[in-house]
Amino acid sequence: MKRLLPFLVFMGLVGLFGFGIWWNTWHDARYVPSPLIGKPAPDFALPKLDAPGQTVTKASLLGKPYLLNVFASWCVACAEEHPVLMADARQLGIPLVGYDYKDEPDDARRWLREHGSPYDLVIADQPGRTAIDFGVYGAPESFLIDAKGVIRYKHIGPLTPEVIAKELLPAIAAAKREAP
Amino acid sequence: MRLRLAMLAALLMFAGAAFATSGAIEPLPFKDHAQEVRFQNLTKQLRCMVCQNENLADSNADLARDLRLEVFQLMQQGKSDAEIKQYLVDRYSDFVLYDPPLKPGTLLLWFGPLAILLAGGAVVALAVRRRSRGNGASDNDKPAADRPGADEAADTGDDW
Amino acid sequence: MTPELGQLALVLAFLLAVAQGVLPLIGAWRGNRALMAVARPAAAGQAVFVAMAFGILAWAFLRFDFSVQYVADNSNLALPWYYRIAAVWGAHEGSLLLWILILNLWTVALAALSHKLPEVFAARVLGVMGLVAIGFLAFIIFTSDPFGRLLPMPADGADLNPVLQDPGMTFHPPVLYMGYVGFSVAFAFSIAALLGGEVEQAWVRWARPWTNAAWGFLTLGIVAGSWWAYAELGWGGWWFWDPVENASFMPWLVGAALIHAQAITEKRGGLRAWTLLLSIFAFSLSLLGTFLVRSGVLTSVHAFASDPRRGVFILAFLAVVVGGSLLLYALRAPKVAGGKPFRVVSRETALLIGNLMLATAAAMVLLGTLFPLLGDALHLGRISVGPPYFGLLFPLLMLPVVLLLPFGPFLHWGNADGGVLKQVALRAGIAAAACAIVAAFFVHGQLKAVAGVAATVWVAVGVLLYALKRWRELPRGRRYPAEMAGMLLAHLGVAVFVTGVLLSESLSVTHDVRLAPGQSEAIAGYAYRFDGVHRVEGPNWRADQGVVTVLRDGRTVAVMHPQKRTYAREQVQTESAVDAGLFRDLYVALGEPMDANNVEGAWALRLYYKPFVRWIWGGGLLMMLGGFVCAGDRRFRIKRIAAESAAATGAIAPQESPA
Repeated sequence: MKRLLPFLVFMGLVGLFGFGIWWNTWHDARYVPSPLIGKPAPDFALPKLDAPGQTVTKASLLGKPYLLNVFASWCVACAEEHPVLMADARQLGIPLVGYDYKDEPDDARRWLREHGSPYDLVIADQPGRTAIDFGVYGAPESFLIDAKGVIRYKHIGPLTPEVIAKELLPAIAAAKREAP
Repeated sequence: MRLRLAMLAALLMFAGAAFATSGAIEPLPFKDHAQEVRFQNLTKQLRCMVCQNENLADSNADLARDLRLEVFQLMQQGKSDAEIKQYLVDRYSDFVLYDPPLKPGTLLLWFGPLAILLAGGAVVALAVRRRSRGNGASDNDKPAADRPGADEAADTGDDW
Repeated sequence: MTPELGQLALVLAFLLAVAQGVLPLIGAWRGNRALMAVARPAAAGQAVFVAMAFGILAWAFLRFDFSVQYVADNSNLALPWYYRIAAVWGAHEGSLLLWILILNLWTVALAALSHKLPEVFAARVLGVMGLVAIGFLAFIIFTSDPFGRLLPMPADGADLNPVLQDPGMTFHPPVLYMGYVGFSVAFAFSIAALLGGEVEQAWVRWARPWTNAAWGFLTLGIVAGSWWAYAELGWGGWWFWDPVENASFMPWLVGAALIHAQAITEKRGGLRAWTLLLSIFAFSLSLLGTFLVRSGVLTSVHAFASDPRRGVFILAFLAVVVGGSLLLYALRAPKVAGGKPFRVVSRETALLIGNLMLATAAAMVLLGTLFPLLGDALHLGRISVGPPYFGLLFPLLMLPVVLLLPFGPFLHWGNADGGVLKQVALRAGIAAAACAIVAAFFVHGQLKAVAGVAATVWVAVGVLLYALKRWRELPRGRRYPAEMAGMLLAHLGVAVFVTGVLLSESLSVTHDVRLAPGQSEAIAGYAYRFDGVHRVEGPNWRADQGVVTVLRDGRTVAVMHPQKRTYAREQVQTESAVDAGLFRDLYVALGEPMDANNVEGAWALRLYYKPFVRWIWGGGLLMMLGGFVCAGDRRFRIKRIAAESAAATGAIAPQESPA
């Protein structure tokens, strides 16, 4: 039995590597779950993209759930996500707030003009300072924030119809149930 | 095909974090050299979120630069290394720490080597005891050079 | 010389590998000499075809045959010829071909030098080498064809990854592979011994020079890689505990343990099962490294582009080769501990402790490297394990080894003389303490540096005392047999390495500055004066090149030219400037211009002062040299097998249990 030990340990390793290959075929190695889920969203005060004089704060958005979608005109995957948002934003039943991340406001405005805007409101974080509080690391990212300002769900990467149907809509329904 | 697309998307998602191996060089207005050293040591222990296994100190990614500045500012505010690490963990999870904190999930990591060492040590101790007990490791195991027939022994190489 | 010929050559090589892997083993089993005799010609033929395939790929690179996908992906018209040669192993497919070529080189060497081995044993060893070759040739033929066509043929290719366009990097993979693959020889010997029932331990003596040589190559490969990372990446670091680095370090650690275990088994007959197991581990970890680098299972800066299909293939291969070997070990390894008895204070005990520490260190590196994956598998959350973890545990595990080193050669086999040991400890201890106290003044009480000096002196004094003793006591010509000289060199290498690591880690100065032309910045007594930036052109890049003049007490010490290069596909690569010295390196990396308009012409620069950093690689080279010198010992050359094996069998027969 003692002599079988190296073999058994090695087979354990083979199992682990098998898992690793399987896991990597459908996970991005850089996907890291956010520790902010279930916690209050960070306080923020950011200008509107279209009216830089007006500031939007966390408090001003409290009262009903909304989806905060981090995007940028330089972000290639955001362009891929954009048509999905254009098509499905209405069906979410909650406001869609665009979060323009580390972007030249002019570029962002032109981008939205060209592609159309799915957003009810767009806030701009040009320095990217507030994004650190949100733990943003790769646009696009989407945060579902409930009426009390708690982050209920986060998706990293482009939203797809499948993700919306399987993950986002149930999360929205749950958020609405608790705080209509 | 779907898989291919998903992987492509994942790749593109981080396109903002440009791949570059050139070092991240930026002079910051440190109070003194000691603070600069502290900053260098701390950013080496933190992981860049968007890179292929690079630390904050070396990464040229945009986000890494932002986080370095954040670390610098927190230092200026008098935050300790532990507080700064906690600040980043609160936002990005334990993944940012190259030094995984000790908790139930990492017990194996931190104490596994000790367990292996103890188990191996026990085996070695037993082997040594067994081999050294009783019959003599005695005079005939003195260096072969002292024995008759040293020339022959030289060939087996155990005269030293 | 069409690339299709390369494919054909690989297929033929594969068929010959099947012949080499299967027939001699059957022959050895059945006692059929004709089948056993297949091994050598099959190995030679396979090597010829693999060399042909390799030559065809190199030729395709040399004459810019962009109709070959691999050539088009990894070179272009502007790439100089020497980097086009290096581009052959610049990506996955070609580096695999290099791996196979090197496996063939080792096999041919083995075939040529094994004529004096017992016929059955040699047939088994070559057969096992053939089995390994089958796996790799199948891998390249079925998943990683380097000769695939790209039609229509593009007018120009892409580029060799600029990171690889460096002399250190052209040299690093072949040498590293020499080490990795070299362990296949020790592996083949032990599998052959297990297959044959391991009735004698003579195989260990035959395996020793191969193990030492492979370990020497692996050491050199790691040193080259580390030096490249230091000089090229612009981070000034020499080791990052990245998974890919760890993948080369694990076989190195196990190889070091194996070298010492083989010494016990050969000379005293003990530890046979452990030596067999370590031989299997050393090569298994080399294979594991290949898997980790090419499967994409772990995140690394250096990994090849990954493809799950390849990952599955190597994993299956790994499972068969390593799993099969370990199963064979479980069934056939000697059950009874053999060998001459020894006292508690003896060289055997010291080597056992050393082996334990090295093996535990390898296990620790494996655990730390794989733990993030384990974290994913067990849903422990995403975890990073990096330098702080390894940097804490590794020195702790190596401390006992360093403490034991000076005693090594003074310890007799079987029963050591305690009085001599005390004397050595006293002398080395006093020297170490004295040097540490002196050093403490120079380094302003930096504990790490003081510890480094003490450890180095401790080890070096032990080694030198022993060399001196041999000098005094023995006549010329018998003082330092190659095996011992190699050991002394390698142990001295450890001392030099420890100095390099601890002094450079603790005393280095790194400073990021903004300098306009004419301005200077002083670090560690050197004034770095920035003299501006100009444009330079290389064969396939253009660069901003800074000029930095380093002065000490007003005298110019060095004029340095750090570059920021832009390659064919707009990839930016820093080329640091290093002024090397025995006691310090001066090192400058060029950053970015400080502002968009750059009226002043100010740039960001990173300045380093790195004392003793060269000793790190110097120590590594001494260890390598030790391995090679040891491998060259006349004693290991096989003379008359019949007589020797009879003697060996006779010596240990009483403890033998027929398997």
